[in-house]
Amino acid sequence: MTRQTVSGAMKRRYLKQHLFFGAVRLSAIILTLALGGILFYIIVNGIQVISWEFLTSPPTDSMTKGGIMPAILGTLYLTLGAITVALPLGVVAAIYLTEYAKQGRIVRAIRVGVNCLAGVPSVVFGLFGLGFFVVFLKFGSSILAGALTLGILILPTIIGASEEALKGVPQTFREASLALGVSKWLTIWKIVLPNALPGILTGSILGIGRAAGETAPIMFTAAAFFTAKLPGSIFDEVMALPYHVYVLATAGTHIEETRPIQFGTVLVLVALVLGIDLIAIIIRSYMRRKKRW
Amino acid sequence: MTRHQKEIIIKNVFFVFSLISIFILGLIVVFLFREGIPLFREVSLRDFIFGMEWYPTYSPPSYGIWPLIVGSLIVTIFSSLIAVPLGVLSAVYISEIAPPAMKEVLKAIIELLAGLPSVVLGFFGMVIIAPWLQETFDLPTGLNIVNASVILAIMAVPTISSISEDALYAVPNEFKEASYALGATKFETIARIIIPAALSGISTAIILGMARAIGETMVVLMVAGGAAAIPESIFDSVRPMPASIAAEMGEAPFRSGHYHALFATGIVLFLMTLAFNLIADYISQKFKEVGSATL
Repeated sequence: MTRQTVSGAMKRRYLKQHLFFGAVRLSAIILTLALGGILFYIIVNGIQVISWEFLTSPPTDSMTKGGIMPAILGTLYLTLGAITVALPLGVVAAIYLTEYAKQGRIVRAIRVGVNCLAGVPSVVFGLFGLGFFVVFLKFGSSILAGALTLGILILPTIIGASEEALKGVPQTFREASLALGVSKWLTIWKIVLPNALPGILTGSILGIGRAAGETAPIMFTAAAFFTAKLPGSIFDEVMALPYHVYVLATAGTHIEETRPIQFGTVLVLVALVLGIDLIAIIIRSYMRRKKRW
Repeated sequence: MTRHQKEIIIKNVFFVFSLISIFILGLIVVFLFREGIPLFREVSLRDFIFGMEWYPTYSPPSYGIWPLIVGSLIVTIFSSLIAVPLGVLSAVYISEIAPPAMKEVLKAIIELLAGLPSVVLGFFGMVIIAPWLQETFDLPTGLNIVNASVILAIMAVPTISSISEDALYAVPNEFKEASYALGATKFETIARIIIPAALSGISTAIILGMARAIGETMVVLMVAGGAAAIPESIFDSVRPMPASIAAEMGEAPFRSGHYHALFATGIVLFLMTLAFNLIADYISQKFKEVGSATL
């Protein structure tokens, strides 16, 4: 082989590398542009309608004017309800999986169960909520039914995040506590949980963000097209931001007319959900830097 | 009560709670079937699955969901064509190529993409992409397979990317070093060593991404167009299963044939995503990377 062909072969190998790296970088650019483009359109079109009044007054004139206050409140109720249901259940399940369970068939089955639950389509959660909470338990279409449905939807997120957080606590912490004669439960309660708390918190915040943005699970279980009054009890229907967007954008005779309100509502929803996610991301990276072990 | 007894009680209570996911899955199955099975007093399973006509409100109604199944499969496949390269390549970028600062930024971008509510993406598809498609290609409607696939791809990319990235990250460093020591370029190392070693993880990622796309509701409800017919071109409208359920449940009279048919559609959808998840789980377990000794 002459010197020339060797360097020719090398060139071809590096050309392939350049092409591949180009494709790889392009994919990163496309994703950045996708997020940037979506946020840009929503912010530019939505910011004009955002005002204190828009955020604090109810819709008027068959939802063609006025604000979105009942939808904001409704989303708040549903989301808080969901996390109240999911957090204790999820943390307890995660504690069993990481602290007590011996690796074996049962634990394996539980993990498969968690994964499968995480994969259930949101509309199927909606159907389940309708069949179980609304019809069978006779909660009716209500905050209670919607919050429970959203709660089980985010349960796998909470379990996964809590497990990660618990696993992140060094084994030596547990051993030191047990060696001092502290019982297993007290060790978990006083040593493991406090150290895992920031991680669990991050997971819960992400869960809250997820619950706030979901539409399909609350369509048949909680969400009202329009309510004149604010909910008086957990057995009342509520308006919710995601459902409000859907309703304004697809149903009714004023779709074009209410476009600004739609963009405004979308902006509020996105700001709420991504704001929540961003808080979680920041807490997590802060935690990583501050970690003492 | 002695300390020992207390510990045992706590452990058992925790065990019961840890079964909650399986318990809920069981409840989901029970209640989907409870509301869905009565349909089969009216229609045979065969006519339901393979029936070509979905006219649930006609009299007599016809409950064939084949066009809905085809709609679901088509948007899932087309969205994967976009999402798989984007997701896998971006994962390669993050784990192998990007400088550390870029890595953090891109991970945050992908996480925020994952966080965008589906109704927001659906809205974006309706208001921005649909009019653009309609004008550019001179179509009767911009709400079609292409639009739905693009938006679904945006939803599936974060799933594919983050799981692939974990898999790539888990490939032992010795593999790379050995490859470089033999004189391979970075690209050759990635293409012939790292990606093959992470293939089970990447496959899992792709399957879970597809499961995400097939079960996604708001996007297909808002941008797929809603025509319950077998499409002839990629610019035709379709009515995937989740869209049909979400759009019609509000109007279906309680415990009518239509109501039961929507629950039965939910069963089909549930079983499909369950199958996807079990396959993904099987692959990730069977080809688990347990250190460098296994390869």
